[in-house]
Amino acid sequence: MLLNQFLLLAALLFCIGVYGVLVRRNGMLVLMSVELILNSVNINLVAFGALTDDVGGEVFALFTIAVAAAEVGVGLAIVLLMYRNRRSIDLSQADLLKG
Amino acid sequence: MSALLAAVSADSDLFVAQNVFFGIIALLMIGSALKVVTTSNVVHAALWLVLVLGGAAAQFILLGSEFVAVTQVLVYIGAVVVLFLFGVMLTRASMGDDETVAGEKRVMAAVVAGLLLAVMSVALIDTFSDDRVVIDEPQLVGTVADSIFSQYIVPFEAVSVLLLAALIGSIVVARKD
Repeated sequence: MLLNQFLLLAALLFCIGVYGVLVRRNGMLVLMSVELILNSVNINLVAFGALTDDVGGEVFALFTIAVAAAEVGVGLAIVLLMYRNRRSIDLSQADLLKG
Repeated sequence: MSALLAAVSADSDLFVAQNVFFGIIALLMIGSALKVVTTSNVVHAALWLVLVLGGAAAQFILLGSEFVAVTQVLVYIGAVVVLFLFGVMLTRASMGDDETVAGEKRVMAAVVAGLLLAVMSVALIDTFSDDRVVIDEPQLVGTVADSIFSQYIVPFEAVSVLLLAALIGSIVVARKD
């Protein structure tokens, strides 16, 4: 198998995730797009690990999964807090820091 | 002719079945990912996300990383998606949202994503034009475990502390008082 087929798939998923982060206004859907981005990075790590026959790629993919789980926990807590305070999770209305 | 035969036999690890399954799973993942970022129903987006994550687990199996694939299913599909569904349930005002995005913003985001994809594709094809992944045997779980608990022990401990901090932090942020 070519290495590039995995890397190009990961690049495509990354770009779809970036599109989702830019275009979505619902906080939950932005977090889901971030998950797409993190997953594409995992595919890259495992593919490079298989290329070099080194276990480090897999180990760091596992670390990325753990960090992503932590990120989702904190992110959802923030979205819930925002919903409780403003009755909406529309990110375009969260502009309190706007000058 | 003999040179061609020699080239084919030297290239005998073509992995035909693996490539076919890669193509099927990749198409499934790309289609589902597009549905995740375009569907207007939040619950449907979470369910399409399950397909993308499951497809990624299948790619990890193809790359011989069974442990990462199992962890992906356990942590992502088992925990993260359930967390998303709970979040949707607790913020029910957001059901069926996101049809209000301005067309201009959508076009700009598509341009940014397309340019990013073009740059990355050119760089990848230029750098790794014919590197091949040869999977002789799956990576043993014992090897991964030995590596985590010897060479990568410091990042492992850092991840443990990070998880604890995230746990406490999300409780503090989300509690009612």
